Amino acid sequence: MAYSKYLIVGSSHAALEAVTAIRLQDEGGSITMLTRDSRLPYSPTILPYIVSGRSRPDNVVLRDAAYFAQNRVELQRNAEVVGVDPALKSVRTADGAIWTYDKLLLATGGTPVVPAVPGLSDVRLHVLHTMDDAIALRDAIGRAQSAIVLGAGLCGMHVAENMAKAGLAVSVLVRSRPLREYFSPRAGGMIQTAFAGNGARMMMGRTPAAVERRGDGCAVTLDNGETITADLLMVGTGVTPAMAYLAGSGVETGRGILVDDRMRTSVADVWAAGDVAEARSFWGGTAVNGILPGAVEHGRIAGADMADDAVVRDFPGAMSLNTYHYFEHHSVSVGLGGQLPDDADFDIDEQVDAARGKYRRIVMREGRLVGISSIDDFVDPGVMWQLILRRTDLSPCKADFLAHPQATGRRLMSQLWR
Amino acid sequence: MGSSFNTIQFHAGRCDGCGDCMLACARAKSGIDDRSQSRISILANDPFARTGVGGYELALCRQCGDPKCVLECPAGALVKNADNGVIDWDGDKCVDCLLCTVGCAYAGITYAAAIGRVAKCDTCGGDPACVRACPHEALEWRTTAKIYNEYGDREDLFVRGLAGCQGCNSELLIRHTLRKAGPETVVAAPPGCIPGMGTVGFNGVTGCKVPIFHPLLTNTASMLAGIKRQYNRVGRDVLMLALAGDGGTADAGFASLSGAAGRDDPMLFICVDNEGYMNTGMQASGVTPYGSWTSTTPVGERLHGEAAEAKDLPRIMMMHNCSYVATASTGFMEDYYDKLDKAIEVAKTGMAYLHVYTPCPTGWRIPPENISEVCRMQVRTNFVVLWEYTREGGLRLTHPVDKPVPVEAYLKLIGKYKHLSAEQLAHIQHTVNDKVTSLQQMARSARKVEHA
Repeated sequence: MAYSKYLIVGSSHAALEAVTAIRLQDEGGSITMLTRDSRLPYSPTILPYIVSGRSRPDNVVLRDAAYFAQNRVELQRNAEVVGVDPALKSVRTADGAIWTYDKLLLATGGTPVVPAVPGLSDVRLHVLHTMDDAIALRDAIGRAQSAIVLGAGLCGMHVAENMAKAGLAVSVLVRSRPLREYFSPRAGGMIQTAFAGNGARMMMGRTPAAVERRGDGCAVTLDNGETITADLLMVGTGVTPAMAYLAGSGVETGRGILVDDRMRTSVADVWAAGDVAEARSFWGGTAVNGILPGAVEHGRIAGADMADDAVVRDFPGAMSLNTYHYFEHHSVSVGLGGQLPDDADFDIDEQVDAARGKYRRIVMREGRLVGISSIDDFVDPGVMWQLILRRTDLSPCKADFLAHPQATGRRLMSQLWR
Repeated sequence: MGSSFNTIQFHAGRCDGCGDCMLACARAKSGIDDRSQSRISILANDPFARTGVGGYELALCRQCGDPKCVLECPAGALVKNADNGVIDWDGDKCVDCLLCTVGCAYAGITYAAAIGRVAKCDTCGGDPACVRACPHEALEWRTTAKIYNEYGDREDLFVRGLAGCQGCNSELLIRHTLRKAGPETVVAAPPGCIPGMGTVGFNGVTGCKVPIFHPLLTNTASMLAGIKRQYNRVGRDVLMLALAGDGGTADAGFASLSGAAGRDDPMLFICVDNEGYMNTGMQASGVTPYGSWTSTTPVGERLHGEAAEAKDLPRIMMMHNCSYVATASTGFMEDYYDKLDKAIEVAKTGMAYLHVYTPCPTGWRIPPENISEVCRMQVRTNFVVLWEYTREGGLRLTHPVDKPVPVEAYLKLIGKYKHLSAEQLAHIQHTVNDKVTSLQQMARSARKVEHA
């Protein structure tokens, strides 16, 4: 049996931020990180770039061995947690080891969702969640001529782009529209057009009805009866919090592990952060918000609270937030993006410059920014995030903001911090 | 500690929006005359008018100490450089995902359309083109960090939590002085604010990590002289350091100090001059300037503050012909540190006397946030003249002020002068002029002797 004052399960952004926050406050307390992965920490966000070959697995390490030595953090790899016992303040790993703790952080992230489609479990499919997944997918793309991608979220779209660039005939099954969480139908349509223009077959509104093996590849029968075949099948239909190990622990879960504004779970001395946590949503209620910036916020707050940092600040709430680079285009979405709630009046300014391929949509409510998204028309997302979080009143400069969101946002932020 | 870095400072009030900085940046970093490629962005408040805010705003990488762009990067492409503090961007590792721009609230790292990648300020390797290009000194390359680093790396030999008044600079002064002096030091702190803050301790505990004692007002210098002789006898090289107020120096403490200076006894005697007995209720001392309100020089029908001139103690000390005498101000710390280095060296063999002008927020009636400005104005008006004296080189002005600001600008910052009449103001200006002229003459004659 081993003991660590701070025991952290997981090794990605939320876990790493928690370590930073703890060490700011507690120089000496023992910290141990348990990860089921066999590698030094890396970001799930980098995986599409491993698939494309742009990044090498050994060149994307977020913290190297020297960091762990210098900060006196013990990294236990190949240590998958399979059970938590808050009464005994202990966790159990797959190889039977028991770790006890004073304070426990669960930052176990998500697990890819594979939809319940007849035959899908019998075929060889790819998901993209770990470095091993990425390497396997990269190698498979190198051998394949054609591919089918289920789902048009960030992961599916990134991989479809990689496949198209690698010369594969790729079909993307899009249930509603691409990147629905981040972009309006109009913007989604522009993204879809860019993909189609680069050779991807965007099958809008299509869902798989059945899947079967066909040689080394697969055949997918669609909801309209059509059957398509390919050498390679990639499932990018989202992730779900990885929390099966909590069964019987008493830690309350909903869609994710339920946490308060300090990332505390329902059980004393246990925190949760990152993609596994269900925390406050900025728009009311709670949300599981699997994005990198959210994990960073969670991790910093959890670590500070675990180390009794007096200046820990409450989590202001999650919002959708991302940048997306595809083919020759770049896009940004902050706050309410693809789907607006029905229960409020929004002031929407949507501008499309079809000739130059530019798009910008600004969503305001009661004189405050609540969402902004753009394609090939850069607005600083960090500034926009702050304007939304601070509920900055934009009514005195609304016309300026709508006309020049980047310059006006920069000006407002400079006034706020100077 | 020891992790502060040089930085680009923006003086918004001096900016006229000419954009030369942006042009210089675009040329230096992109090789083209296109301001939109600049990594520093100056934004005018008035073109859009309706905010009612004038002037200019800035968007620039702040090279944060806890940089969020680095945290948001999934590729490990951004790293805070431990040597120079710059957030380094590794173009080979960067995958152009733009997530770093989500982290930055200052628009300091942003998408540069011309290259299709992110771009940020790298401070041009310590000589920023934008700073050089600014014709109005609205951008400044601040290099004070090296002082912070040097002193921050040394052990703080006072305990935490000394109880100085809010805004008082003497805690900064004594902490940095003792950091520089090091552990082989004995400190004498005669009655005054410095022991009053807790440096000599309470109830059998000390406030200092080196031997410190609390002599009488009268015998500080003679006690240090005796202790030094004992250490010399046993063969130990220990610095004798007095941290005294102006009362313990100029008034009650003067007889023993004058004797030690006449003998050139080895010690460093620092007078922390706040122009009176501020610790005990703001009574006047021998160095309280003409016109000052104190509790013993009140303002009424007959008396209008201190009626006598302050005695010029550092010049009196110079006339003892001891090894080293200098004046200093907590508003000019680089100047002070130079003199402190010399004084510590001199104090191995002879008397070094440092007279530090230290405005008192409580006793002078200055809002704490204005203390640094008052320190600067003391020197900019020539109310305080920074100089040093050695036997070999004579008197040298270390920070000559070519175009002094009228002394009224200094006096009006301070509550204890608020009653001054026009005649009194004129008198003070006259006294200041005389003093500067006299010091300049001494400095000139010293230079002539040197050249002869």
